[in-house]
Amino acid sequence: MRRNQVAVVGAAETTKLGVIPDMSQIQLHADAALNAIADAGLKLSDIDGIATAVETPQQIAHYLGIKPTWADGTSVGGCSFMLHVRHAAAATEAGLCKTVLITHAESGKSMIGKQPRYTPPSSLNGQFEAPFGVYGPPSMFPIPVLRYMKTHGITHEQIAMVAVVQREWAAKNPRATMKDPITVADVLNSRMIAYPFRLLQCCLVTDGGGALILTSADRAKDFPQKPVYILGTGESVETPMVSQMETFNSSRAFRTAGPLAFKEAGITHKDVDHLMIYDAFAHLPLFGLGDLGFMPHEETGKFIADGNTRPGGKLPLNTNGGGLSYMHSGMYGMYALQESVRQMRGIAPAQVPGAKISVCHGVGGMFAASGTIIFTNER
Amino acid sequence: MAEAARARPVPTPETQHFWEGTRAGELRLQRCDACEHVYFPPRPFCPSCASRKVSVFPATGKATLYSYVINHRPPAPGFTPPYAIAVVELEEGPRMMTNIIDCPQTPEALDLDMRLEVAFQKLDEEITLPLFRPAKG
Repeated sequence: MRRNQVAVVGAAETTKLGVIPDMSQIQLHADAALNAIADAGLKLSDIDGIATAVETPQQIAHYLGIKPTWADGTSVGGCSFMLHVRHAAAATEAGLCKTVLITHAESGKSMIGKQPRYTPPSSLNGQFEAPFGVYGPPSMFPIPVLRYMKTHGITHEQIAMVAVVQREWAAKNPRATMKDPITVADVLNSRMIAYPFRLLQCCLVTDGGGALILTSADRAKDFPQKPVYILGTGESVETPMVSQMETFNSSRAFRTAGPLAFKEAGITHKDVDHLMIYDAFAHLPLFGLGDLGFMPHEETGKFIADGNTRPGGKLPLNTNGGGLSYMHSGMYGMYALQESVRQMRGIAPAQVPGAKISVCHGVGGMFAASGTIIFTNER
Repeated sequence: MAEAARARPVPTPETQHFWEGTRAGELRLQRCDACEHVYFPPRPFCPSCASRKVSVFPATGKATLYSYVINHRPPAPGFTPPYAIAVVELEEGPRMMTNIIDCPQTPEALDLDMRLEVAFQKLDEEITLPLFRPAKG
């Protein structure tokens, strides 16, 4: 895909984040969509492309009253929205649609109008993982951690620092769910969830949503908001079974998606001013830093523990507080994208001064899928 | 207290040989006749070279502990926390998820790369699960 041909011209989260007991999941989609459409200064009838995950494009199109000529229901977990951005950019460039709406919402905490997740017992996951006591992401996502730590020489204290540093960012974000400062000792003394991970190394469970509107860069200058251009994109999928990852020392999906996006963007790691790495659990930023090529995996724990990603550090990472402290409705990728867009517009609560390039990296399932979007505010 | 049953696998035509194997006390893997790739989970073609000529063979049942979590909450039906959910690396190469039995479910006892051997646990008349225990000797 060519650089900077498509831009984000509308971006918004749901009016409320956190616990929203008075809205069903589909209404959360609509709330985010209507906010994004208002942000872009558009009418519903201007939208001719729709993308969403878990809920289907037809559900969202019908509920909102949109008549699209392009739809994408890619649903690969929490990074689905990174893939939607990539697919929407390609579709826009190909002339399949002019103005795309991407929505995410999840009643993750209140569970209103949300279907429970189900693993069929005849699926490969149902036959070869479920019988051994996996029960929700906390029992699965951290399975690679001990191997990763042993191979790369990462310590428990270093991984605890991921949560500590992100809480520092969250404190600067009024909409963050958790804002009180925490220490490494707080993390390592919090309730055990699935060894080696404790409560403060696991994401929040909240309600909320977000929506993006994309159009061609040539049209973007006529919109009320500062355009945020799509500089590079990448995606991949590996396996729905965490036990069948090629290795626990790295994520193949990350190693595929990340470098694709950097190559397409034509940038080096030194050019990156702002970074989002989807953090459903505290090890993901370490995997991300290594697999995106910022540094060898052996250095990721020390890099974070030394404060390089905290406010004022040389590589601001997860500046909304992340899934650990900002919010996590179940599919966090949309909130990472929203923070990248805010940073590129220059309106983030914890704004990185002068940031021109933002890398936004997502994961789906338990390292099952990955999507990377690189944004810029300069064309 | 009667425990709820743990999740029970439902075999498909492609995995039938594996579950027949565990019932007979064998851990059955597949090897590609063309490129010799050994793989798991079961499927009637080679995921490395796409050949449909593959053979089923009994694995040694020897493995090492690749990684694990010790789940404290919430427990899956049929489990009492804390319990380890492990991924083991078989001597033949493939990895599989399992539980480690005859071993304290603690970080001290569960040492990465420790040697393990398969142990079959009958769930019902049709399903026997491949679990692993610390290797003897």
